[in-house]
Order: sequence, then structure tokens, then C-alpha cells
Amino acid sequence: MAALKDIILDYVKNEYLEEGDDREVSYDTPLISGGIVDSFSMVSLKVFLENKYNIQIPDAKATPEAFDSVNNIVNLLKEFGINE
Amino acid sequence: MAYSNEVRNLFTEQLEELKAAGLFKEERAICAPQDSEIEVEFPIGSQKKKVINMCANNYLGLSSHPDVVKAAHDGLEHRGYGMSSVRFICGTQDIHKELERKLTEFLGTEDTILFPSCMDANAGVFEAILTEQDVMIADRLVHASIIDGMRLCKAQNDSFKHSDMAHLEQKLQLHQDKRLRMVITDGAFSMDGDLAKLDKIVELCEKYNAMVFVDDSHASGYIGKTGRGTHEHFGVVGKIDIITTTLGKALGGASGGCVSGRKELVEMCRQKARPYLFSNTVAPVIVEGALKVLDIISKTTERRDKLERNTIFWRKSLTEAGFIIKEGETAIVPVMLFNAKLSQDFAKDLYEEGIYAVGFFFPVVPKGQARIRTQLSAAHEMHHLEKALDAFIKVGKKYNILHKSKQEIIEMYGQ
Repeated sequence: MAALKDIILDYVKNEYLEEGDDREVSYDTPLISGGIVDSFSMVSLKVFLENKYNIQIPDAKATPEAFDSVNNIVNLLKEFGINE
Repeated sequence: MAYSNEVRNLFTEQLEELKAAGLFKEERAICAPQDSEIEVEFPIGSQKKKVINMCANNYLGLSSHPDVVKAAHDGLEHRGYGMSSVRFICGTQDIHKELERKLTEFLGTEDTILFPSCMDANAGVFEAILTEQDVMIADRLVHASIIDGMRLCKAQNDSFKHSDMAHLEQKLQLHQDKRLRMVITDGAFSMDGDLAKLDKIVELCEKYNAMVFVDDSHASGYIGKTGRGTHEHFGVVGKIDIITTTLGKALGGASGGCVSGRKELVEMCRQKARPYLFSNTVAPVIVEGALKVLDIISKTTERRDKLERNTIFWRKSLTEAGFIIKEGETAIVPVMLFNAKLSQDFAKDLYEEGIYAVGFFFPVVPKGQARIRTQLSAAHEMHHLEKALDAFIKVGKKYNILHKSKQEIIEMYGQ
């Protein structure tokens, strides 16, 4: 079974990188502050995580900081009992 | 005191940070009616300078047309200055209903409702129609006013990569469990100047049972053979469920906007849209001006035809000169510079050469995507465009960006 961080990284690349975009994205790449994901399209990522792991992420926890890297998201998911 | 020196300093620091980052916007003062040539003070208070305007949404050159101005004067005489009312109380005149009928006819829809602006139309329309059982699926480059309107609505938000029909199809499949789906796009994208693939979007929405929303503010009046908009261009008139558009660009340039589309959806806006319920009605002078604009452009396509010729010339000439521009069919032609400070310096130098264009940078466009967004008008004559081209080339040579790749420009100036 794929590791949690790889599942999230694959989703981010498929969902946010346009064709021909050759930016390197890895587990610690800044997603929001790096301009890969903006606050408008961040909602897709939140909904993906909620549906995939059957959790509800309150708006107060779904901050740009919490979603700013795959590693940050993995840490956030730990709060909901979702581990590597 | 709530506004202490400490609080004042907090905001002063933020403003200084914007200046240091090259992200501070400065206004110019235009001392003339809007036209292809205008008199400008920049900075404000300095000597006036006559310049060619390359950055107005005055696509058909009607913003100061004498017939439009006369119609507006007549409107002041016959229907007064202001209604001092929202529409549903005592703010609806016969001329408002006439303009709504004429817009319905022009756009090929079932009904239309006016709003004080298209910004207000976009702010109100989603909340009036959709609930938490529904989903809005928007192109990622939609206008800021649409994003704001979507945030006010309780329906779920989702988005698809810009103009990526495969990604849109994935999202439509994903959201088949929702009560209603609405796909949301600009017709002509305001920062990139390309058109939404409306024919494909309509096809997908028919297949996956979704409504289609288009903000055609940068297309109404000149896109399509008779200027009806992006839906005319793609042969899907009558298939768009909601069109919002503005009277503040090609259609007169003053203010006002509308929601036009399926009659039940328009009626929902009339009953529930907050900007309609709580904001003052469009002033009679604006309505009369807009009626005259529709009258002019319904009789002849000469203005949109001239704009098309100007656009073809401008796009071809900039490309041949070695600028990087975004491909597209519209009169919006972004000259890509990538670096915010470069875009501002470039604009300042263009001004010295007698050309008025403005640098666009974050947050108006994404970081690293700064540009000068040029816009053509039917009011431009060839000598205006030739002078503008010469100025662009001169300044382009100064900054050594002609025939350079994006990577090369970023290496020189940073992102």
C-alpha cells in the first residue's frame, strides 16, 4: 500500500500541475506560499482528504500554513488519527 | 483611541513592504473623456501629457461617443439623475425594463435582470440559486468577483485547471452525487486574453447534467460575428444557463451589469440576490446610455470588425518584434515580463514615450507572471498602433527582452 505522503504528493501533482509544468514538487515543497496551490483551489485538496480518509477538517484547521507542504498535511492528518 | 500610533504604524509597515517588493500601485489622473488619446497627470499634480491609451476596456470606442453622451443627457432630462431606491421598492423605471428586454434579445436568452455592476451580479447570483446540496466547478482563472461570489454561496466549491476539458470531465464525474452542478467560467479571460472552450464545456455539461455559467464581461459587444459574445463565437447561443456581463466595458463603459439566462434563474435573482435587494438601482443616465449603445451595435458590426483588424495587427506585430504574448483571439493582449518591478519600470518608460499602459503584478496576477496588459479599441487608428509599437520596441530594446525566452528574462530580472 502506498505511503500516506506519496498518496498526497501524487494527488497534488495531478490536481495542480498543468501540462508542461516542469516544477519539482516533493514532500517539503511550499505549495501555497510557492504559488502551486492558491487559496481558491486549495478547497479541492481539503475535500479530497476528507473524502479519502472519512474525516471533517474544520475551517479553522484548514489554513494555508497547514496545507503548505505535503509534510505539513501529513502532520495535520495525524490530529485526526490518520498516520503513515 | 482605536487608531493609535501603534495601529497606524502597523499599516504603514505593510504599505512600505509593498513598496519594497515592487507591488505598490500608483494612480494616474486622466483629465479628459476616455478615448484612444487622453491627457494624463502622472504622478498626480504633475504636468499633463497627451498619451495613447492602450489599457482601457473601451473595446468598441463608445465610452465617449457623442450619440451615447447625447442619449445620456436626454436620460437626465426625461428620467432624472437618481432614483434613491433599490429596484423592488420604487427604483424600477420603464427604461430599466426596456434595457433588460434589449439585453435579453442581444444575448439570446430568456430574461435579464440589471445589477449596479457585474461585480454585484457575480456576488449575488450563486447564493440566490444554489444550496449546500450543490457544487460549483470553476475554471481556476475566473475573475476575482466570481471567486468572491462563490465564497458567499453555501454550495461546495471545486475548480479545474484552466481550460482543461479532461480535468473538468473528471470533476463532473466526481460530483454526480450532488443535487445540482454548475460549471463556471469567464468567456474571455481578463488577464490572459484567451476564450473559454464554450462548445466543449456545453457538450460536457449536457453529458453530465450540469448548468453552464459564463461571465462574458470582456467579450460582450465584440466577440462573435455580431458581437453577442463568446457563446456566439462557439455557436452555443441559447445553451448557456446564466450569462453575467457588464455595461462598464464595450457596452458603454459607465457602470452597470446584469444576469441574463433561464427565466426561472433570473427570477430567483430578482427575489433573493442581495446586491439586487440592497443596492441602489442603476441610474437613469446609465440606462439611457446603454440603450443607445445596444442600438448602435445592433445596426452594424463595423466597430467590432475594426477592433478585430486592430487586434490581428497588434498581436502579429508584437510577436514579430520579439515579445512574449499570451495566445488568444481577444482584444486583450498581455505582454509578458514576469518580474513585477520590470513591469512597472517598463510601463513608466512607455509613458515617457507617450504610451499609457500599466504593469500588472501580484495579487492581480500570480507571482512571477507580471505583464503589461494591452487592450485594443475600435477607437485606435493605425497611426496610434504604429506609434505604440515603436515605443514598445524601443523600451523592449532598452531592457534587452526582445527575442528572449521566459527563462532568459527571469534570469535577467528575477521572478
